[in-house]
Amino acid sequence: MTWVPTPYRVATRTVETHDSATLALRPVAESLPAFRPGQFAMLYAHGVGEVPISVSAIPGDGTLVHTVRSVGAVSRALHDAAPGTVIGVRGPFGTAWRLDDVEDLLVVAGGIGLAPLRPVLAHPSKRTVFIAGARTPQDLLYTAELSHLSGVDTVLTVDHGDHDWNGRIGFVTEPLASIPLDPDRTTALLCGPEPMMRFCARTLLGRGVPAERIQVSLERNMQCGIGLCGHCQLGPLLLCRSGPVVGYPVAEPLLLTREL
Amino acid sequence: MTTPMTGLDTLPLFTNLSHTQRAAVAGVSRIETYEAGTRLFDEGGLADQCWVVQTGCVTVDTVVPQRGRVAVQSIGPGELLGWSWLVPPYRWHFGATVVSPTRAVVVDTAALRQLAGEDPALGYQLSLVLLEALLNRLQATRIRLLDLYRNPS
Repeated sequence: MTWVPTPYRVATRTVETHDSATLALRPVAESLPAFRPGQFAMLYAHGVGEVPISVSAIPGDGTLVHTVRSVGAVSRALHDAAPGTVIGVRGPFGTAWRLDDVEDLLVVAGGIGLAPLRPVLAHPSKRTVFIAGARTPQDLLYTAELSHLSGVDTVLTVDHGDHDWNGRIGFVTEPLASIPLDPDRTTALLCGPEPMMRFCARTLLGRGVPAERIQVSLERNMQCGIGLCGHCQLGPLLLCRSGPVVGYPVAEPLLLTREL
Repeated sequence: MTTPMTGLDTLPLFTNLSHTQRAAVAGVSRIETYEAGTRLFDEGGLADQCWVVQTGCVTVDTVVPQRGRVAVQSIGPGELLGWSWLVPPYRWHFGATVVSPTRAVVVDTAALRQLAGEDPALGYQLSLVLLEALLNRLQATRIRLLDLYRNPS
């Protein structure tokens, strides 16, 4: 049932950064259908409100895993939810990353945009390159996990380094412009702030990756989750149903839309 | 460690140079390997070389009172390190330190300027190579100014 929140209980809460935490949710009774990488749930903090949050891991045992960044009243309530707290969940909603016929996989994430891509990295392609950007080293999500990704060429870059940081300093477009890639075999998945995705896509187009093989994750004010209320409209799309994952040929003109 | 330069054919940065032009640049270049922690140059020093990183990572830094050397940018595989040799007074505006074992093509820039002066076709192609690399760096720096990853709350 997509209208009525299904009760889930916070089983574990892992602090990721100063403003982000990952919640593992177990069903109180009935469980929701399985989520696919890139899809999202509407998470309801009782008495506060409901927000869309992507799945950040898919353990396969019915547990839902979401990484929440505290940016407003509802996300703060979810971010702060202690183990044992009951949260309402609706979903799965939206489109998933299209991973059929992928040869070389390129994953580019910025900030909290890494969360929807984390399930993809758990099952990498034969050749997977992963570039993640963050504001500072302390803002990088899943750092322990990222340093042990098997079969993945990983580049971590931050806007501002510190004395302990020996990764890269700069924007994600810089390694993107120089990493070895075969444009005819590459499928690119981009998730992060919209200007980041726009600049990354342009860099990839410049390197010869076809627009059809670039996917981005877009977000607007998702509310109903089933394409009825219209709050998440972006041009011709209702993003809760036609997104969040959208092909770049469709997304490109919409990424320059100032406001709708 | 220094190794004689045999060719630049594998460097994407020089893809648009002809084989003859790449050979000319190779003639004023060599391969060097560096341990982590090696100081490549200091702010204010004579800018007489540039580097094309093949493997590893180098950071560009400047000194800020009470913070010491602050790294502002890193240069990774395939990227060009060093611009100050292009224009007088040929002094480094920033410093640079190797942060992980690095292998790089090191170019003698005085000799490169001379080659470009003697062969305008090579000079033009080189200026395009440098301009593209410089534009990429400028655009990425501008994007960083947007502070896109900040928490909006």
